[in-house]
Amino acid sequence: MALDEYKPQKGGDQLEQGHAFKYVGTRPDRPDGTDKVTGRARFGADITAPGMLHGAILRSPHAHARIVNIDTSKAEALDGVKAVVTRADFSAAIQPAPGMAGEMWNVLENVMAGDTALYDGHAIAAVAATSALTARDALKLIKVTYEVLPHVTDVDAAMAADAPVIRDGTADKSVPPGLHPNVVRYHQSGHGDVEAGFAEADLVIEDSFTTEATHQGYIEPHACLGTLGGDGKGELWCCTQGHWNVQKICAALLDMETSQLRVTASEIGGGFGGKTTVFIEPVALALSRKANRPVKLVMSRSEVFRATGPTASTSMDIKIGMRKDGTITAAQGVFRAQGGAFPGAPMEFTAMCAFAPYNLANVHQVGYDVMTNRPKQAAYRAPGSPMAAFAVESVIDELCNQLGLDPLEVRLKNASREGTRASYGPKFQRIGLVETIEAAMAHPHYSAPLAPGQGRGISCGFWFNHGGETSVTLALSEDGSAQIMVGTPDIGGSRASMALMAAEVLGIPYENIRVTVADTASLGYNEVSHGSRVTYASGLATIKAAEAAVRELCKRAAAKWGIEEEAVYWEDGYAKPSGPNAGDFEPLHISKITRSMGATGGPINGHFEATPEGAGVSFATHIVDAEVDPETGSTKVVRYTVVQDAGKAIHPTYVEGQFQGGAAQGIGWALNEEYIYGTDGRLQNAGFLDYRIPVASDLPMIDTVIVEVPNPGHPYGVRGVGETSICPPLAAIANAVSAAAGVRMRNLPMSPPRIFEALEAKNG
Amino acid sequence: MSKIHVSTTINGDAAEFLCDPRETLLDVLRDRLGLTGAKEGCGTGDCGACSVTLDGRLVCSCLVLGAEAEGREIATVEGIAPGETLHPLQRKFIEHAALQCGICTPGILVAAKALLEKNPDPTETEVRYWLAGNLCRCTGYDKIIRAVMDAAAEMREVA
Repeated sequence: MALDEYKPQKGGDQLEQGHAFKYVGTRPDRPDGTDKVTGRARFGADITAPGMLHGAILRSPHAHARIVNIDTSKAEALDGVKAVVTRADFSAAIQPAPGMAGEMWNVLENVMAGDTALYDGHAIAAVAATSALTARDALKLIKVTYEVLPHVTDVDAAMAADAPVIRDGTADKSVPPGLHPNVVRYHQSGHGDVEAGFAEADLVIEDSFTTEATHQGYIEPHACLGTLGGDGKGELWCCTQGHWNVQKICAALLDMETSQLRVTASEIGGGFGGKTTVFIEPVALALSRKANRPVKLVMSRSEVFRATGPTASTSMDIKIGMRKDGTITAAQGVFRAQGGAFPGAPMEFTAMCAFAPYNLANVHQVGYDVMTNRPKQAAYRAPGSPMAAFAVESVIDELCNQLGLDPLEVRLKNASREGTRASYGPKFQRIGLVETIEAAMAHPHYSAPLAPGQGRGISCGFWFNHGGETSVTLALSEDGSAQIMVGTPDIGGSRASMALMAAEVLGIPYENIRVTVADTASLGYNEVSHGSRVTYASGLATIKAAEAAVRELCKRAAAKWGIEEEAVYWEDGYAKPSGPNAGDFEPLHISKITRSMGATGGPINGHFEATPEGAGVSFATHIVDAEVDPETGSTKVVRYTVVQDAGKAIHPTYVEGQFQGGAAQGIGWALNEEYIYGTDGRLQNAGFLDYRIPVASDLPMIDTVIVEVPNPGHPYGVRGVGETSICPPLAAIANAVSAAAGVRMRNLPMSPPRIFEALEAKNG
Repeated sequence: MSKIHVSTTINGDAAEFLCDPRETLLDVLRDRLGLTGAKEGCGTGDCGACSVTLDGRLVCSCLVLGAEAEGREIATVEGIAPGETLHPLQRKFIEHAALQCGICTPGILVAAKALLEKNPDPTETEVRYWLAGNLCRCTGYDKIIRAVMDAAAEMREVA
């Protein structure tokens, strides 16, 4: 669909039928570009305060141990040590509860252990001292007496009858009787009759798959600077995806009033979901309260790996039936996910996303949320979806192989469309899966010849996308320029997309708009930058705020001309009389109106607050060529193409960047990245040397195709793009590697030893 | 522990500081000299976010002790832009959107500048292997490689 065919379907937008965008869809330099290429941008660890102390955290060396005693006396006696805190320094009012109902307690328990260390790296105590080196020295003087308990780190082992119980009573009411207490939540959904569906199939394949936990791998470790005084007022600077959430949680954990804690989000050095919660922020505040001085806390890389959220690891069983013509007759999946020593593994998303790309008469999915002695999982880019796609799309690939069918033709034949009842329940509105598959089929990559030793894999992927609570304020300056306050940290160029959307409404140059990520005291509540929601929700709010300002500008012009407000319209930065009947007036430029705004009714601002619920779901189709070295089992990705529906690309270059970044993270997850635990339950690869994320020499250029099927829930048709790009890669690469190696790869990562082993087994 | 007095040159300017013998050059740059452009992503030389040059040689400043700066010449990201204008690499990074979050950008710029000083006309493969010590988690490297190649081409034209 051509861009100018899009007609807004909601709201009284000024963008009417056939409107051609002037700013939206262009590719200007990002407003914060110079800050970020000169070293001027201030990230989490780049700030100091007068009188500042440095904090450090003592962490459990055991996977599971009762904390018998913590003796901090020697640490406290060390010169330069100003405060030591343990769990006793946090709220006693927060109590555990089953399942996600106990999430505030879970967060507290994860921030600082109570009576039990639940994983290797669990925080036990913290110190603030006059230097970082002194703080580190002081940690060595804290004596902790542990009683080591049996542990379990594997999802299937944690469900077995003989598994140690991590915390009895954590399971919520969703869990059917008879399961191990480590199974804490249960999900099932679907429709139709899968048994009848399987009976109609010409071929049914049932197979099992596993994925390992991977870390978001942001390059910036968590960092913050907290000040909390005896007056109950606090200030916090931190790198986070959502500072209102930090404010809310920290206030609860420290028994403060939320409004008394002002949180400022620094520039953020990557998050990918991992910076949507708190780890060190409440600790810095607790230390500050005790020392009565500002405290800076910065994690080491090893702490990031050991104690912040990796994603869940999974074990999955998939059964799919297909007719000879490629029609899927039934699909069924069982998804077991461990998310560490707390409830929250995103197994319901895994289950709900698994079959979402397909129009299925008979589908059923079950999910288990399982606790293990690992760090508390955190969201990672489309949490739960990539693993599901890996398992499901592998089975579909195998069905295509055995029935001699083209894998993209089969996807197209079964694809979900507008009106399809989704595998997880609702009916899809306007969606763009078919368009991505068709674009993939038409792409030269799909018909390019493969060299010997290479295999091609494809996969589709799905993510919900999210709206969420959003506030935006726009203020006009006397010269007609505009400043916008948003509350969603800019995690990848969103200042540029906000400025483009505001420029479009106001009709003023992109360069005349400054976008600021406001602190919690300067703007209303904003949910975290997650769920691919920023360009959608903050964008929608920016458009609405700008429209409110435009209405006021038109009102001022009408008053000046002495005509009705309705007789004035806004175009390209000018108020204009709407026709001959309105009168003959020279168009009034925005700067003419703003220059006199003090005398014509006061400052002109626009604002918008809502919880937009029209985030359109999105789909992607990926094509990948991989080459496997039979001697070493190592894999090289030789060509990669991402096709994804963006709804409407506000800044296409940054949309491409999201597509490429998701693909690259998926390549790491598929081929190399994994949390490796020893039999002692300790993480063995807590560093970038041993936990190997893709480097420049590992990857090819990543080709992108932006499909634009407008989302009816956004004035310009935007769908989020950040997360869907990581849904297909695991499966697409597994299918490519399986084709290249001539053996089905069922366990991620497909690291050289795993592939080598599979090749050995195949060759007998 | 008593501190060491160090005299050095940073981005062409004379600088002096006192540091603990255990402090790294990165600690000194960030915490004692207020040059926070170099970032600590790992502290173990794996990520390259702290890249600087020491007497013209590309190093991870987290693997160099502050005391080792004595009498040496250090160049950081803060010194790349000549005056008010940006270096071609910086400009091309913005134009190509070769950064998303920007945390790895200072290190990559320092590393890329060092590459182009040695090799003004690198192949894509040469750029990829030279930058293999600089981790970026956001971009998939595509736009970074294009920005470096484009900057190199522009610098060759001017030269």
